[in-house]
Amino acid sequence: MAGADGDDSLYPIAVLIDELRNEDVQLRLNSIKKLSTIALALGVERTRTELLPFLTDTIYDEDEVLLALAEQLGNFTMLVGGPEYVHCLLPPLESLATVEETVVRDKAVESLRKISQEHSPVDLEVHFEPLVKRLASGDWFTSRTSACGLFSVCYPRVSSTVKAEIRQHFRTLCSDDTPMVRRAAASKLGEFAKVLELDYVKSDIISLFTALASDEQDSVRLLAVEACVSIATLLPQEDLETLVMPTLRQAAEDKSWRVRYMVADKFSELQKAVGPEITKNDLVPAFQNLLKDCEAEVRAAAANKVKEFCENLPEDSREQIIMTHILPCVKELVSDTNQHVKSALASVIMGLSTILGKDNTVEHLLPLFLAQLKDECPEVRLNIISNLDCVNEVIGIRQLSQSLLPAIVELAEDAKWRVRLAIIEYMPLLAGQLGVEFFDEKLNTLCMAWLIDHVYAIREAATCNLMKLVEKFGAEWAQNTIVPKVLGMANDPNYLHRMTTLFCINALSEACGQDITTKQMLPVVLKMSNDQVANVRFNVAKSLQKIGPVLDSNALQSEVKPVLEKLATDTDMDVKYFAQEAISGKLVFPPPAAETSLYVRFYRSGKPDDHAVFLSSSTVLSLALHNVLWCWGGYGWDCIIVGLEWGGPVFPSNLVFFFPPLVQYFFLK
Amino acid sequence: LAANKAARGNDFQWCFSQVKGAIDEDVAEADIISTVEFNYSGELLATGDKGGRVVIFQHEQESKNRPQLRGEYNVYSTFQSHEPEFDYLKSLEIEEKINKIRWLPQQNSAHFLLSTNDKTIKLWKISERDKRAEGYNLKDEEGRLRDPFRISSLRVPVLMPMDLMVEASPRRIFANAHTYHINSISVNSDHETYLSADDLRINLWHLEITDRSFNIVDIKPANMEELTEVITAAECHPHQCNVFVYSSSKGTIRLCDMRAAALCDRHSKFFEEPEDPSSRSFFSEIISSISDVKFSHSGRYMMTRDYLSVKVWDLNMENRPVETYQVHEYLRSKLCSLYENDCIFDKFECCWNGSDSAIMTGSYNNFFRMFDRNTRRDITLEASRESSKPRATLKPRKVSTGGKRKKDEISVDSLDFNKKILHTAWHPKENVIAVAATNNLYIFQDKIN
Repeated sequence: MAGADGDDSLYPIAVLIDELRNEDVQLRLNSIKKLSTIALALGVERTRTELLPFLTDTIYDEDEVLLALAEQLGNFTMLVGGPEYVHCLLPPLESLATVEETVVRDKAVESLRKISQEHSPVDLEVHFEPLVKRLASGDWFTSRTSACGLFSVCYPRVSSTVKAEIRQHFRTLCSDDTPMVRRAAASKLGEFAKVLELDYVKSDIISLFTALASDEQDSVRLLAVEACVSIATLLPQEDLETLVMPTLRQAAEDKSWRVRYMVADKFSELQKAVGPEITKNDLVPAFQNLLKDCEAEVRAAAANKVKEFCENLPEDSREQIIMTHILPCVKELVSDTNQHVKSALASVIMGLSTILGKDNTVEHLLPLFLAQLKDECPEVRLNIISNLDCVNEVIGIRQLSQSLLPAIVELAEDAKWRVRLAIIEYMPLLAGQLGVEFFDEKLNTLCMAWLIDHVYAIREAATCNLMKLVEKFGAEWAQNTIVPKVLGMANDPNYLHRMTTLFCINALSEACGQDITTKQMLPVVLKMSNDQVANVRFNVAKSLQKIGPVLDSNALQSEVKPVLEKLATDTDMDVKYFAQEAISGKLVFPPPAAETSLYVRFYRSGKPDDHAVFLSSSTVLSLALHNVLWCWGGYGWDCIIVGLEWGGPVFPSNLVFFFPPLVQYFFLK
Repeated sequence: LAANKAARGNDFQWCFSQVKGAIDEDVAEADIISTVEFNYSGELLATGDKGGRVVIFQHEQESKNRPQLRGEYNVYSTFQSHEPEFDYLKSLEIEEKINKIRWLPQQNSAHFLLSTNDKTIKLWKISERDKRAEGYNLKDEEGRLRDPFRISSLRVPVLMPMDLMVEASPRRIFANAHTYHINSISVNSDHETYLSADDLRINLWHLEITDRSFNIVDIKPANMEELTEVITAAECHPHQCNVFVYSSSKGTIRLCDMRAAALCDRHSKFFEEPEDPSSRSFFSEIISSISDVKFSHSGRYMMTRDYLSVKVWDLNMENRPVETYQVHEYLRSKLCSLYENDCIFDKFECCWNGSDSAIMTGSYNNFFRMFDRNTRRDITLEASRESSKPRATLKPRKVSTGGKRKKDEISVDSLDFNKKILHTAWHPKENVIAVAATNNLYIFQDKIN
């Protein structure tokens, strides 16, 4: 290597090596992440004889360092001298596979699986398989859990004697004393079954599967459900009934709701794995039971699968099964006592209309949709509205519009701003399906009302909504219906509404095109540059920057530039700043604040709402200041208390950071 | 074998082994022991104190020089588990006092325990290190910096043996889930979850997930003025991962099955002994409040401690306990003064021996009681400096209950109510017990004859 002639080329590597045990975790982590650089400098020989032994014993470190190490070692084959020497990587990974931290162990196993492929068949038997055995018979269950993930990678590539040993080890782990190990074995059962010969699947795996599925711990039993899917796909249809179905039936009626939940959650996969005949005879009644389960969590999981289950039913009997078996249960779920169940159903129920066709939808499903549209829980109504497109294709939305409108209006005026936010997001979709006439007549007023909502997030979403509507209905429509109203707000006595005009213009200018922007919007923006509120003025600067590209260059030079130059000499610091920025044409963040945490209590309509805010140098803090009514605190305080006049969300990104806080981190609920 | 001996009752005698802690009469508040717990093998013994510290003692191997002594417990690791905190939102001080310690089943060469104060549960790892890396590139052996231009070869550090170092590091912090004071934590037999109980709620945690827990019991009434009972203790069944119990201030115990529903508001068993109307008094409700509940190792029974008695319940019989042992019945006439000095609210704990054949609980005057379940014999012993000579046999103590006081008996009126034994622990396999008396930890063991 270089360095003999007195240059400093080894210096960076020397630093990296020394920092492998620096006191600062971050530096250690950096070094570990550049482990390949170190290995490259040391050469393959020294990496094998010196670096790896050192790393093998370094398992005292912090989790994040160990995690990085485990990951690095998975890509180290070439650095130790290629596949011939890949087994040198086993000792450090073996010790990493026994640490208590699951993420580290899993990463070590992942790397072991990766390098197992780089072992020659001989090396696999000489080096790798003994390691698996050592882990499998280790004293501590951390090592035994790690072993479970390694059987499937070496099984296909070893001799039949070794294969028999591996099967024996897996059997032992499936009946381990500790539930941790049995869970690990159960979760790898499916994967292991895939690499086994079919005869052994039938003789070995099935008995293990049956045992795990009736384990005393429900945390083990529920994992067997997952294995059931892979095992069922491996077996020929004629064996399923005797080998898998007894266990599956038992799981679907397990005493523990967690196991039944798992069955419900995996229902579509199970349905595909067992095929149409068993589905008809067994899964349909099982599904009915899950939909009527006494535990709401299970009903919700099953309700989520209603559409998928129906879709995958064999076509010849699909309609009959749905109409006689599934629909009665669905009808009951519509009036379930638990709102999660109802909303889970509402998110998929519309999908049934495409399966059942027009007549059945009108006769049977429509009453359910209408009932859910009137549900007391807003989430249920929202889920119905968000899936309207399915119904639209089958029966047309007109059938629903009479009930739809009151539901939309009610959601639009819901007291919870998150609900209002959600319905706004569906507006463009609804507008597209209901058509422009219906929209102008019934929904336009709602869209405009949102612009003056007292929650900023709603106003913001409302501007975005307008943009999408314009994209949908075109510039001409915008000019006739929206633009006049938006521009009218520029004269509103409330400065927040005046700013909304600016935000709308920012959003709409592109969709409306040069003509409307220059002729109608620009004059309003320019006029607002004389606003008495500084917040409005600096937003004018920002708006001008935003709409600049849409304007024609004449207007830009003759009208925009003078205004910006005037703003650049404003008495207000922020106005000046944004004006200068607009002139220079690039966006620069405000001067960075020191990295620090700040505890902020917001009062909204008299109710306290606390946030721990992490402010970093890159956090942009600007918007919420516009809504601050009062502020209490200052230098030397450990918190500031801010009164806001709206009820919207507070994120670090819309806070203004206006004094250096001298604060420690606060733990907050 | 040892367990069998215990079952036969007085076949052996308890003798003094060790005492830990300062001798001074002057007791610092922070030094008062607030919990004692053996790990699963009995090799380690942990104590927590009001100062937020955890001290772990390790069982030393038997020494050849003194074969009569079966190894002693010596300090293995000491660390500050909790610090005093201040809740700024509620203007509440949060004490650092360790309310409970629970060991996790051992999973690798390190040991893990959960410790909790009123609000925050922490998972600690206690591990050993006996190697140290040596050799730097940029400095020489004396720590002098080397000239970066003179580095002609790279050195990889080598690990050299060093003196054993025991490290305790916090691995997880489970915070912000309890509005009220945490009274119990209990590790589930599934090895991946544990529960924590406060006055009104029980939460279920995953040991690897700190940012969410599931509320499984909530007895908080919509209107707090309607509050009539609080949760006093909770524990998971030792083998059935779906079963846990919690006791209440009304003297009842509820057993819940987590398989039945996600929210265990409805219990599956309700253990309550009908009240004897003849003994009803103003204090009945206070003294019936359960201060501790413990499953037997076998999982068949559970034991509850109320102010005056210990009861053993068969899980299959809900209407009355199968065994009731009076701990200090002579205090029944003193309840009025015990109420005035607040002693009546003392929370005595109780524990089983390794084979479930004997139980132990504390009393006042540094007395502690043991009951043999087979012979029904009971014994009162004292943890005191006077009898703390090596191998000294503990003499049984007697409290005279009115009438004439016999020799060796102590009168009820001369009991010291400031010396109370609230926390005791029994080695899971052997007859070794740890008894916390204020700031001292006494370790006793059976005398091998």
